[in-house]
Amino acid sequence: MTDAGRHPNIKVMTLSEVIDVKGYVGNFDVKILKKARYVSEKDCTACGDCTRVCPVVRPDEFNSGLSSRRAVYSPFPQAVPSAYVININECLGHNPVVCGKCVEVCEKKCINFHMSDEEVVERVGSIVVATGVEAYDPTELDEYGYTRYENVLSSLELERLVSAGGPSGGELIRPSDRKVPKSIGFVQCVGSRSAGKGASYCSNICCMNTIKSTLVLKEHHPEIEIKVFYIDIRAFGKGFEDLYTKSRSLGVQFIRGLPGSIVETADKGLRVAVDNGASGKIVFHDLDMLVLAVGLKPAKTTKKLQEMLGLQLTSDGFFLEAHPKLQPVDAATRGIFFAGCAEGPKDIKDSVTQGSAAAARVARLLHRGEMLSEPITAEVEAEKCKFCARCVEVCPYGAISLDTKRKLPAVVNPAACAGCGTCAAECPFDAIVMNHYTDEQIMGQVDNLLSENPENRILVFACNWCSYAGADYAGVSRLQYPPSVRLVRTMCSGRVDESFIWAGFANGAPVILVSGCHIGDCHYINANKWTVKRIEKIQKKMEKLGIRPDRLRLEWVSAAEGIRFAALMREMETLRAGVTAEEIAETVNALVKVSR
Amino acid sequence: MKKNSRNDDAPRIGVFVCHCGLNIAGTVDCPKVAAEIARLDNVVHARDIQYACSEPGQHAITKDIVELGLERIVIASCSPRLHEPTFRQMLERAGLNPYVLEMANLREQCSWVHINEPGEATLKAVDLVKMAVARASKLEPLQSRKITLNKRTLVIGGGIAGIQAALDLADNGYEVVLVEKSPSIGGNMARLDKTFPTMDCSI
Repeated sequence: MTDAGRHPNIKVMTLSEVIDVKGYVGNFDVKILKKARYVSEKDCTACGDCTRVCPVVRPDEFNSGLSSRRAVYSPFPQAVPSAYVININECLGHNPVVCGKCVEVCEKKCINFHMSDEEVVERVGSIVVATGVEAYDPTELDEYGYTRYENVLSSLELERLVSAGGPSGGELIRPSDRKVPKSIGFVQCVGSRSAGKGASYCSNICCMNTIKSTLVLKEHHPEIEIKVFYIDIRAFGKGFEDLYTKSRSLGVQFIRGLPGSIVETADKGLRVAVDNGASGKIVFHDLDMLVLAVGLKPAKTTKKLQEMLGLQLTSDGFFLEAHPKLQPVDAATRGIFFAGCAEGPKDIKDSVTQGSAAAARVARLLHRGEMLSEPITAEVEAEKCKFCARCVEVCPYGAISLDTKRKLPAVVNPAACAGCGTCAAECPFDAIVMNHYTDEQIMGQVDNLLSENPENRILVFACNWCSYAGADYAGVSRLQYPPSVRLVRTMCSGRVDESFIWAGFANGAPVILVSGCHIGDCHYINANKWTVKRIEKIQKKMEKLGIRPDRLRLEWVSAAEGIRFAALMREMETLRAGVTAEEIAETVNALVKVSR
Repeated sequence: MKKNSRNDDAPRIGVFVCHCGLNIAGTVDCPKVAAEIARLDNVVHARDIQYACSEPGQHAITKDIVELGLERIVIASCSPRLHEPTFRQMLERAGLNPYVLEMANLREQCSWVHINEPGEATLKAVDLVKMAVARASKLEPLQSRKITLNKRTLVIGGGIAGIQAALDLADNGYEVVLVEKSPSIGGNMARLDKTFPTMDCSI
């Protein structure tokens, strides 16, 4: 921590949050909100004089509320930066008439109530997302009595209780009577591996964290009785099994089965009822103290950041990597990488490994100071442009400029263009060519697909990042679906031109599916909102032409939704089977008439 | 080499149908697919191959490209999301523009999802490759341009992973902006007493 704080190449910005990101690989403009500290980071010597006079007492978050702090405080003794901070919402006020005691005692005049939040823009070439996790709050699991019984603690609270820097100076004491407990129980999988409350995934660290705690407790109090209630003990890492074996050899009892109920006894002890799977009988365990081994969940900021950076999340709510085995620290968006628990729960060793891996990936990208761009970008055919500025309106990147007054044709900035193709699909004059996904290339695929027995074919347009990847995921998971399905890949659903749909139906397609990323998850900021408008417009036209609009469907499938993709293909097959040869012939005739 | 009718201006297309061991060939009749495709106009060469992505596989394809003067390449194998970059690089080594490549996804979107229907899967595979050929015949070479990269990095989150990434980058001479929402870096790890497997203190 201190290494990072004093490294000449690292600018540490605390109390800061990213509020906006613009740009692309190598050239991101990041807007950061730096909240006021109200204590000069440069001048504060962490003498603590201010804290001693502050009259405001609040629970100390660092110690999980087991001790108190003042409104002006140091987050913890080894904090980096070491400067104190004022929580301005708790402070009695910047009005010195009300308080201002800290200002009076600070010899170095570090405290300044006039500091204000600032917005800073940093230009960077790459971004490492290391937003971490939060501990699961066991309040909702009322059967464990976390809020009702004083001597039921979370594992994080125990952590502070046995820490030398913690509220009891490292002395293990029961909260109710401050005596050393004679017996202590651990409940595993609190908020993890649960179909009901909490999360369905394994939080990865809780088994080993509990085993570590049993060793620490046994070291200080060899006589203490320890029982661990578990579903499975997952001691899978290097050296982990040794620790598990050591814990058992020290007399720690590992009991399979999670408590069904917990009641408080007269002396504030806890009676834990556990179903013994072997005997089928309920066994009661009387314990002085109980620790809930809480799981991990994604940080609160995850969703906001995901939208800002155009990233994707798995169904668990963690960031989705570009490839789960081969690109575990890359985001699908170039120039963005993951480190640590942002990508999924992991222990310290794995977090450090991933931090180093992310750094190596960044260096690999940036070391030359330049790279070759993806040439899959849009291009305007100047002579066809009628200056309507529709392309300018729909481009999610503001990559197209056009002078309507002087009637200068649209121009695409290839460095800013990300290649979604929405402009090409929306241009009413076909004046935009989307390189590598041209009308000709896509129509070639559509025509070919429907050249023989079109009535047995399901035409699916799938965007590269979500739906096509979702289809791949169905394949990797060996999920079976009808073989009538044929995918046409575009970079974004925004590329699916109205003319592709009409060509499909005119060639005898019974049904057509357009699929893309969920709204809010679009890889091209929000290009898929134009897909929605376009499909709705086409469906209205279909209705007017007497074509059943439900033969054209629009669905969102994420890269993680293999199961949903396969199910959707079965639905499409049912839909296809319901379209008769006469219906197809009528459609073809209706479209022939229109084209005349 | 090839007797099919060919428009002289049309690009010379080569098609390679990958077995991927038994991943594709266990369901799809790869030699049959290649034989069907060989009959298409403009396809001057179509063959099946054991592992297209392997070193010998790429070598064999490269050799065919050079010897037969192939101008558009269709690789019918796994998802382009996996090996498109691999084969684009291979094309470059063979002296072609990397964007004259088209892939047909016979593994993730055919053999693996129609495991119990080998006949249908083979028909679908033929269709998918035909579609790829149709697209390949219209592909144009594309040129990349240079983008300058700013060498600074933003690390969001000052926990152990963010700190490690920042330190490694900084030690390698890169500038880093480390953003942390709370008043101190350290994250969850700073709150732990001892840590496994070494059982030492966290800070």
